[in-house]
Amino acid sequence: MAITGLFLISFLIVHCGLNATIFLNDGGVAFNEGAEFMGTNPVIRTMEIVLFAGLLLHIFDGLRLWLDNKKKRPVAYAVVDGSANSKWYSRSMGLLGTLLLLFLIIHLKHFWYFSRLTDDLTEAHTLYNEMQIVFASPIVVIIYVLGCISLGYHLLHGFQSAFQSLGWNHPKYSPTIKSIGAIYAVVISATFASMPIAFYFHLIH
Amino acid sequence: MEGNLNLTLKIWRQKNTQTAGKFETYQVSGISTDMSFLEMIDVLNNRLIEEGDDPVAFDHDCREGICGMCSMYINGRPHGPNRGVTTCQLHMRSFKDGETITVEPWRASAFPVIKDLVVNRSAFDRIIAAGGFISVNTGNAQDANNLPINKDNADDAFAAAACIGCGACVAACKNASAMLFTSAKISQLALLPQGQIEAATRAQAMVAQMDEEGFGACSNTGACEAECPKGISIENIARMNREYFSATFSSK
Repeated sequence: MAITGLFLISFLIVHCGLNATIFLNDGGVAFNEGAEFMGTNPVIRTMEIVLFAGLLLHIFDGLRLWLDNKKKRPVAYAVVDGSANSKWYSRSMGLLGTLLLLFLIIHLKHFWYFSRLTDDLTEAHTLYNEMQIVFASPIVVIIYVLGCISLGYHLLHGFQSAFQSLGWNHPKYSPTIKSIGAIYAVVISATFASMPIAFYFHLIH
Repeated sequence: MEGNLNLTLKIWRQKNTQTAGKFETYQVSGISTDMSFLEMIDVLNNRLIEEGDDPVAFDHDCREGICGMCSMYINGRPHGPNRGVTTCQLHMRSFKDGETITVEPWRASAFPVIKDLVVNRSAFDRIIAAGGFISVNTGNAQDANNLPINKDNADDAFAAAACIGCGACVAACKNASAMLFTSAKISQLALLPQGQIEAATRAQAMVAQMDEEGFGACSNTGACEAECPKGISIENIARMNREYFSATFSSK
């Protein structure tokens, strides 16, 4: 979980950084250039396969862990005061991950399917135009914002948890890792969430 | 008496490992706030014996928080509501008059219930037997100053060695994982020069035994550390993971 998690964390930086070019408010020129590069560069296209492999590994590893761990307590407690000893999102990584998977299916259908598997992507109808169309729907915007909230909490636990699993717990560095993890989770999820909101309210054109 | 407590107890009763258990409700009255939780159960048991009923079976030994025998899951938390104490050191002043208290055994497939609140924790013994030992010369003990040990390492090893093996970490963990226990037993040796002889195989052997016993995997919720009566840190789990990785790479 830790290694695939950190790999996905590094992917999110690229994804978020590139998408944030929409806030240049240049009508999507920079964003479309970036999208063009990501869609044609052979190294990136190879990494796309690695990314899907990493994502699937993360999902199946998580599912296997969840099923395994469930078996370890066949008789459940009648009373559990979980909030007394841990954070709800730390105990709900499986649930948050499932919500993220559902969101990802919708998200991939919206943009990955459009740009990679159809012929609809043209100079007259760019990926930027597609974002404008998709994010005109308030329901889609709400789904994306909820997806980003799930992502934020998933990362809030996942970032520092990955380091702990790999044995990187050190009195000198761990507080920094935890702070960076919290900042990362908030910045990434807030930046992503602001994109559909900005399109919906025509804050960018 | 003035200031004493009247309580409703919902206690898990289970005849043996094979039969299914269920909750029984008991009323106790006149409980002194100075009693420990175990003494309160003693009061109930005295009455049950007088009435010809089967008393509630529970583990206890030293009753001063160092043996690790007492093991009650009280109102949703191992060893009850207070931090850094075992059930025997939990006093009735931590409860309110009229309160309903739910008492359950540690629940984990690796800790089968023997009777009522008593669970079989011999899985912990087998984890220690798998690698929680060191090789020493026989004969007279050598001079203590022959082995220089860094103060920080000595402190960390001592902190890990404070583990009393009560199993609260397993009870608190949503995955019933024994990583905190196993990591404490590995750390107390891994940090000291005496532990280096078996360092290459210890973590592997103990983790393998831990998995075989049927404990869950760690998902780093930190519940174990928060509920541990001896304040064992999850830094030990990270150390165990490091030991495990390096043992996996270097072992034959």
